[in-house]
Amino acid sequence: MDFASFLIQVLNSLQYGLLLFLVASGLTLVFGIMGIINLAHGSFYMIGAYLAFVLTSATGSLVLAIALGIPLALIFGALLEWALFSHLYKRDHLEQVLLTYGLILIFEQLRSLLVGDDVHGVAIPAFLDASIQLTEVMSYPVYRLAISVVCIVLAVALYYVIQRTRLGMMIRAGNDDRSMVEALGININMIYRVVFALGVALAALAGMLAAPISSVFPNMGSHVLIISFVIVVIGGIGSVWGALVAALIVGFADTFGKVLLPEISGMIVYLVMAVVLLWRPEGILKKG
Amino acid sequence: MNVNASLIVKLIAVAAIACVPMSGESFYVELVAKMLLMAIFAMSLDLLVGFTGLVSFGHAAYFGIAAYSVALFTAKFGQMSLWVMLPAAILLSAAAALVIGIFVIRTKGIYFIMVTLAFAQMAYFVFHDTPLGGGSDGVYVDARPTAAIGSWVPFDLDNELHMFYFVLVMMLLVYLFLHRVLQSPFGRVLMGIKSNEHRMQSLGYFTFGYKLAAFTLAGALGGVAGFLYAVLFGFVTPELLSWHESGNVLLMVILGGMGNLAGAVLGAFAFEAMREFFADITKYWQLLMGGVIVALVLFLPGGLTAIPGRIKRALQGGGAK
Amino acid sequence: MSQTSKNEVLLEARKLTRRFGGLAANQDIDVTLERGMIHVLLGPNGAGKSTCINMLSGDLPPSEGEIRYLGKDITRLSAAQRSQEGIGRSYQRTNIFPQFTVLENVRLAAQSRRQQPWRIFSKAMEQQWALEKARACIEEAGLGRRVDWVSGVLSHGEQRQLEIAMVLATDAQVLLLDEPLAGMGSEESASMVAVLKRLRQTRGILLVEHDMDAVFAVADRITVMVNGQLLECGPPAQIKASVAVQQAYLGTEDSFHV
Repeated sequence: MDFASFLIQVLNSLQYGLLLFLVASGLTLVFGIMGIINLAHGSFYMIGAYLAFVLTSATGSLVLAIALGIPLALIFGALLEWALFSHLYKRDHLEQVLLTYGLILIFEQLRSLLVGDDVHGVAIPAFLDASIQLTEVMSYPVYRLAISVVCIVLAVALYYVIQRTRLGMMIRAGNDDRSMVEALGININMIYRVVFALGVALAALAGMLAAPISSVFPNMGSHVLIISFVIVVIGGIGSVWGALVAALIVGFADTFGKVLLPEISGMIVYLVMAVVLLWRPEGILKKG
Repeated sequence: MNVNASLIVKLIAVAAIACVPMSGESFYVELVAKMLLMAIFAMSLDLLVGFTGLVSFGHAAYFGIAAYSVALFTAKFGQMSLWVMLPAAILLSAAAALVIGIFVIRTKGIYFIMVTLAFAQMAYFVFHDTPLGGGSDGVYVDARPTAAIGSWVPFDLDNELHMFYFVLVMMLLVYLFLHRVLQSPFGRVLMGIKSNEHRMQSLGYFTFGYKLAAFTLAGALGGVAGFLYAVLFGFVTPELLSWHESGNVLLMVILGGMGNLAGAVLGAFAFEAMREFFADITKYWQLLMGGVIVALVLFLPGGLTAIPGRIKRALQGGGAK
Repeated sequence: MSQTSKNEVLLEARKLTRRFGGLAANQDIDVTLERGMIHVLLGPNGAGKSTCINMLSGDLPPSEGEIRYLGKDITRLSAAQRSQEGIGRSYQRTNIFPQFTVLENVRLAAQSRRQQPWRIFSKAMEQQWALEKARACIEEAGLGRRVDWVSGVLSHGEQRQLEIAMVLATDAQVLLLDEPLAGMGSEESASMVAVLKRLRQTRGILLVEHDMDAVFAVADRITVMVNGQLLECGPPAQIKASVAVQQAYLGTEDSFHV
C-alpha cells in the first residue's frame, strides 16, 4: 500500500487501540486492586454510547452530552459498587462471573425496554466535523484524531493520578496489601468505590467517544468486553501500563489484519493472545 | 440425604422422564430431550468446575464443534452411520479441547476464565466468518445418522420415540461413566487439585497433566451433548459457540450445586424450564433470567441441591453448622 | 557398615541465594544433610529460614546457588519432581486438604508413589496398598484415633501430625519440616519429638523450629541464620557456647534462654 493509506491505517490503529485502552484500563484496575472479574464491564461501554445518543438528542451537542455523561457514569458506578459489587469481594471467581453475567442480561434488557432495539447514529460535533487532507484523494477525519488526543490526555492523567498523587499511592498500596492499608486507617472501602466508579466512567466515556463512528446498537458491549479481556491478559492484570501497550498491539493487529488478511481478521487478536500465552502465561508486563 | 434415599429419588426421576413420550405431546418430548442433552453438557462442565476447580467460560466451543461436525459431515457425505459419526464428533471436540487446553491450562484464576472465553470466541469466529462454517445463517443437518450395523437396524433415529430414548440412554451412560471416573484414583487427584493444588504438587503430582486430561475429557463429553443437539434439532448456528451458551451452562452447574453430578442434571432441567417459563411470560425474559442469576449468587451459593440441607438446618433451629 | 550409611549425604546446598528486587532474603547459604541426622535451622524472625526451606523444597527458585540430592543436581527441578526424587515437605501454615478425611489426605499422599491415572474404572477406595500404607503412616504420626475425621476440624497440633503422616506416605528420604511443633502442647510436643527421633534413624530431617527445648533435645547439627546470612553451623554444644550467636539474639524477641 502507498504511504497515505499506510498512514491512515496507522492512525486508525492508534485511535482504536487508545479507545480500547480506556475500556481495558478500568477493567485491569478493578481486577488488580479489587480482585473482581466483571463481565458487565462491556455494558458500561454500551451504556456510555446510549447515554451519548440520548443526551445528544436531548441537548443537541455531543460535547454537552459527554460533560453530563461523565458525572452520571461516576455516580452510577459508585452506586453499583455500593449495592452489588461490595458483596463480591469475598466471593470466588465463579460467583463473580455468574453475577456479572446476570448483570449483562439485565442491562441489555433494560436498554431494550427503555430505548428500544434500533441502531442509532450520533452526530459528530460541528467543530470537529472536518477532514485533514493527506493527499489529493485521501483525507482523515478530524474527529478520529480528536478521539486519540483525548485518550492520550486521559492516559497521561491516569498515570499522574496513580503515580503522583496521594490517592494513587493508596490505590497502589491497596493493590499490594489490603490489610496493611486498612491497618493504616485508610478507608479501603472508599478507595474501592472510587476505583470502581473510575473504571465505569472510563468505559462509558469510551462508549460516548466511539458512538459517532461506530453507531449505537444492541450488544455493542459484548465484543469490546472480550477484546478488553484479551488486552488485560496480554498486558497483565493490574498493570495500566501493560494495558496501554497491549491495547496498542491489539489495535494495530486488528486494523492491519482487516486490511491484509480479511478472512481471519476476527481471529487475529486471539492468535496474538495465544502466542503471548505460550511465552508468558501471566502477561507481558505483569506487575510484581 | 442418605445414600439409599438419594438413589430412590434418582430412580423415580429417571422413571418419570422415561414416561414423558407417553404423553403424546411432541413439544414436551422435544423439550425434555433437550433438557437431557443439556444435562450431559452441564455434567461435562461440572467435571471441570465442580470437581477440578477449573472455571471455564468457553465450554460451548466443544459443544459447537461437535454439532458442526454432524452438519458438515452430513452435508459432504450424506447420511452416515451413527457408529462412525458419534466417535468422530467426540474425537474432534476432544482434540480441540486438548489443543486449547495446552494453552489455557498454563494460566490460573482470573486469567484462566478470560482465556477460555477468548478461545471460544476464536472458535466462534471460525464458524461465523470462514467458509468452513457457512456463516451466520447456520447449516442444516440433512439427515439423522443411521444406527444400522450391516442389515440389522437396532433403532431408528428418525422415530421420535427412539430418538428420545437414545438421548436418555446417553445421559445415563455419561452419568454412570463420570460417577465411576470420579471414584477412581484419577478422579481423586482432580478433587485434590481443586482442594489444594499446591499441596498436590508438593506431594509429587504433575498437576498440569491431570488438569489437561480433565479439560480434554470435559471437552469430549461436551461434544456428546453437541452431537445430540445437532441430530435432534437438525440445525446448527455459530451461536451455539457463543459466550451466552458458555454462560448458560456455567449457570446450570451452579444452579444445581457444584461438585454434584445429579445437581448438574437438576440444574440443566431447572434452567431450561426457567427459560421456557420466562419466555412465555414476557418478551424481556432475559431480564427475569438475569435477576434470578443475581439473586441466586447473592442468596443461594450452594445451588438447588443445597436446599434440603438448608431446610434441615433451619428446622433444627439453625444452630450447629 | 552402618556407620557409612548413617553418614550418607542426602542433601547438599551450596551458596544458595535468593533476591527479591534489591533485597537478599538469603545470601550464600550452605546446608548439608546426612541420613541419620536432624539438622535444625535456627534464627530470629526474618532471618530467611522459610525462604531457605522453600528453595530446598522447590517452592521457590534460587537466584543463585546449587542444590544436590544424592549427588544429583536438582536445582532446576519443580516441587513435584523433587517429591518424586524423595524429598518431602511440611508447611508452617497448614497445607492439607481440609474437606477430606485424615485417611483420604494420607491416601492421596501414598497414591502419589504409584499413580496410574489411566485406570479410570478402578475405585480409589479399593486400592489396598494405598489404604494400608496410609493407615500405617497415620499410626506412626500418632494420629490413629482421628483416622476418619474430616481434617479441617482437627486441632492445630493434630494438623501438624497429619502433615507428617502425609510426608511419610510419600516415602520421603529427606524431610523438610517447617515448624512441626508449632501450636502443640507439651504432651503432643514430646510425642512428636519421639516420632522425629524414630524417623531420624532411617532418614535425614531438616527442620525450622523456634521451640528451644525441642531444638536442643533433637538436633545433631544447628545452622544459625541472621538477616539472610549464615552466622554459624555446628553441633548444639558449639552453638550454645558461641558468643556470636548470643549477640545475634540479644535484643530480639526470640530470647535465647538455655
